[in-house]
Amino acid sequence: MTKLLINGIEYEVNAENGMPLLWAIREQCGLTGTKFGCGIAQCGACTVHLDGQPIRSCITPAISAEGKSITTIEGLAKNPNTLHIVQEAWIAEQTPQCGYCQSGQIMSAVALLNEHPDPTDEQIDAAMSGNICRCGMYGRIRSAIKRASASLQSSTL
Amino acid sequence: MKKWTRRAFIGAGVLAGGTLVLGIAIRPGNRASKVAGLIASEGETVMNIWLKIAPDNIITAIIPHAEMGQGVHTALAMMLADEMDADWSKVKFEEAPAEKEYANYSIAKGFIAGNAHFPKFLDETINGIFLTAVKSLNFQITGGSASVRFTGQDAMRIAGAAAKAMLLQAAADTWKVPAEELVAEKSFVKHANSGRSASFGELAPAAAKVKTPSHPKLKSQKEFTLMGTSQPRLDIPAKVTGEAKFGMDVQVPGMKYATVKAAPVFGSKVKSVDTTVGSGQSGVLKIVNLGDAVAVVAEGYWQAKTALDTLPISFESTENDGLNQAEILSRYRKAMDTDLAEGNLETHFKNGDASKALQEAKVLIEAEYQLPFLAHATMEPMNCTAWVQPGKCEIWCGSQNPLGVKAAAAEVLELELDQVTVHNQLLGGGFGRRSETDVIKQAILIAKEVDFPVKLIWSREEDTQHDFYREATLSRLKAGLDESGIPTAYSHQFIFKHHPPEAADIPYAVPNQLIQYSSPPSHVPWGNWRSVDHSTHGFLSESFIDEMAHAAKKDPVAYRKSLIKDHPRLLAVLELAYEKSNWGSPLPANWGRGVAIGQSFGSVVAEVAEVEVNLEGKVKVHRVVCVADPGFAIHPDGFTAQMESGIIYGLAAAMTGEITIENGAVAQGNFHNYPVTRMSEAPKIETHILNSGNAPGGAGEPSTPFIAPAVTNAIFAATGIRIRQLPISKTDLRVSIRQTT
Repeated sequence: MTKLLINGIEYEVNAENGMPLLWAIREQCGLTGTKFGCGIAQCGACTVHLDGQPIRSCITPAISAEGKSITTIEGLAKNPNTLHIVQEAWIAEQTPQCGYCQSGQIMSAVALLNEHPDPTDEQIDAAMSGNICRCGMYGRIRSAIKRASASLQSSTL
Repeated sequence: MKKWTRRAFIGAGVLAGGTLVLGIAIRPGNRASKVAGLIASEGETVMNIWLKIAPDNIITAIIPHAEMGQGVHTALAMMLADEMDADWSKVKFEEAPAEKEYANYSIAKGFIAGNAHFPKFLDETINGIFLTAVKSLNFQITGGSASVRFTGQDAMRIAGAAAKAMLLQAAADTWKVPAEELVAEKSFVKHANSGRSASFGELAPAAAKVKTPSHPKLKSQKEFTLMGTSQPRLDIPAKVTGEAKFGMDVQVPGMKYATVKAAPVFGSKVKSVDTTVGSGQSGVLKIVNLGDAVAVVAEGYWQAKTALDTLPISFESTENDGLNQAEILSRYRKAMDTDLAEGNLETHFKNGDASKALQEAKVLIEAEYQLPFLAHATMEPMNCTAWVQPGKCEIWCGSQNPLGVKAAAAEVLELELDQVTVHNQLLGGGFGRRSETDVIKQAILIAKEVDFPVKLIWSREEDTQHDFYREATLSRLKAGLDESGIPTAYSHQFIFKHHPPEAADIPYAVPNQLIQYSSPPSHVPWGNWRSVDHSTHGFLSESFIDEMAHAAKKDPVAYRKSLIKDHPRLLAVLELAYEKSNWGSPLPANWGRGVAIGQSFGSVVAEVAEVEVNLEGKVKVHRVVCVADPGFAIHPDGFTAQMESGIIYGLAAAMTGEITIENGAVAQGNFHNYPVTRMSEAPKIETHILNSGNAPGGAGEPSTPFIAPAVTNAIFAATGIRIRQLPISKTDLRVSIRQTT
């Protein structure tokens, strides 16, 4: 059995034969906010944080995440019934359409803002171009990142 | 006022606990032709709307459409709530289940029995009509950009207005005051003279006993309080926390997982497969030969996929095994030539004598265009969870056609409709793909072989290679111009006509027209792809009118304007697009502007693209100005989001979208070889809504057809190279090439 620490909770999963982290998270831990989109790290729908870094869980073997801290969309907000500042910005900009890619988009955006609290358009392009949105909400995702960035700036003043 | 009265049935009743339920059944006199092809089977079409008013004054709208990101639950609930004068903060929605609560005979009968606006002697007849209609309920499809246009306009608003009329009458009867002295406001009925007020919830039981109105009065546009505003979408909060449940996310106790590999060549069958579960197949529970595919059932998707990938399967050879894209194209060309020579081309539209006018034209231009097959590539790969037990079946999926799912399941399992329960989930993208039931049938056939629920998940590769594709086409266009560049003739021959039927029409005033098509045999499954035939014809006709403008040495906007004088809506959007795009203002070197306009699904759209083609030939779309006239935008921000979405979807196809057939099978498999638009490639999109006051038009599709021609027309303006074959990535646009053309 493999032990995974997800959103501060320890799970035991059966992750033999190189099972990617994605399937352990979704099927064995029951956290379905992280999505399957392509299986080859092309679309970003499966993005989670591993020790704070955004990774594609569809190609990351679950066993390689043992002993590390995993954060999924469900664990992004600090407390239940509250939202992360990026999630708030996503609602304010009415960003999602179908919503399927949005967990991955938000996880990538949070990682971007952790590294660059006030990102340039080029930094947004670089950080977000691994996340596909077939509903094409790129303009709203960009606006939401900028809104979240502004909120971060004002909250840290 | 629309002529709905003869085809709307209204009924009311009280559920246990005092909740008022109001039902409306609509039988369109003419099935909307635009959605006809999307409907699962022929027969009477019905839209059923329900609303519930609970004692705590919560109003629930029950909406017969699937949410796939288009905000339909919010927009339709707004239409109903506005007509009711309901307190929006106390309005909830539920998606109508494709099962007993929604299409249950006894409840349906209850509605009808309570209705008093038909003479008593007609009751049996009315019952018969309604129950037959319920039985054949197959109009629960979400597609054709139709939800707001038909369900919203013809049903949600009537339901809301009827409920309000009944609540007002109930208050009038209770308080013994004239109904005219009462007003409804934020889910309360108020009587100013006496200062009395009561909530809708309090009045609901009395309202149920009121005679149902035969002509509920609908609001005029200036009376709207919710329609025309951008209320926060009801479905969004759950989509930022991971709580939103898509078909992929369904969890049923005891559920196992399956994945499939279908015969790569369409129409082929499994020749041989060993379905014995081997000792080396960890977690594998069952291997099923489905005839045209093989499924592996396992403890998890990963185990199923790993086992399937190593399972030796052979497939029967077919006559299409050696078929490739070039051969398909040459078959198209041959079909067109033969049909032309033998006079067998089918006529789409004919006016005047185009052949004669072409011969006599001062300037003749002709061009051949090619368009590729396209896959839908929804973000959420196809999936379906099914549980088949003796005499019943439960299905969990995200479908644009949940009642079609129910019918398909009943057919496969030889069950009655009411033995099948469909739990429709959110859709991770639809675009037409989720109006099909192929995946559902597959899941049922797998679930039939085991005694537990099974979630079937397709790999991305399976999803790309077993889609229902936008048709590849070949197109020949000719136009004749007179000495001043005015067109005298237009002829167009294309391959395949699906729907909407008017897609190949042009809005331009050309006196002699001949538009014809061929329908050669094809083994590639066809399906509805966002905007359907408009996705091809928008590109064809808006590229060719641009060629005509350049041949006439006219500005592309001015040329179009001169030919759409009889189309005030088109003219208005074009003029606004001209203004908002700063048409004609200088651009940097190697930049160009392109325009495209048209009408589809009841909405009129103009798009202007600003494009840069760098020296290496790389195309960057910087800005798109979109002007749209949807008649009246019920939810302006939602409409704007749909324009943005349709543009990016169409742009992905225009730039790189191409499915090719090699050895009879689809050559592409995933986003690395079927690339789509990403953040760094997405233009800035500015949408301007023009509310013309016409009947509400669609939102989900009308912006898709016009982005490809706007971009290729801009590329022509920037480089002088006319792109007649999509995707754009197939054309070499390097500066060295440009100089030699």
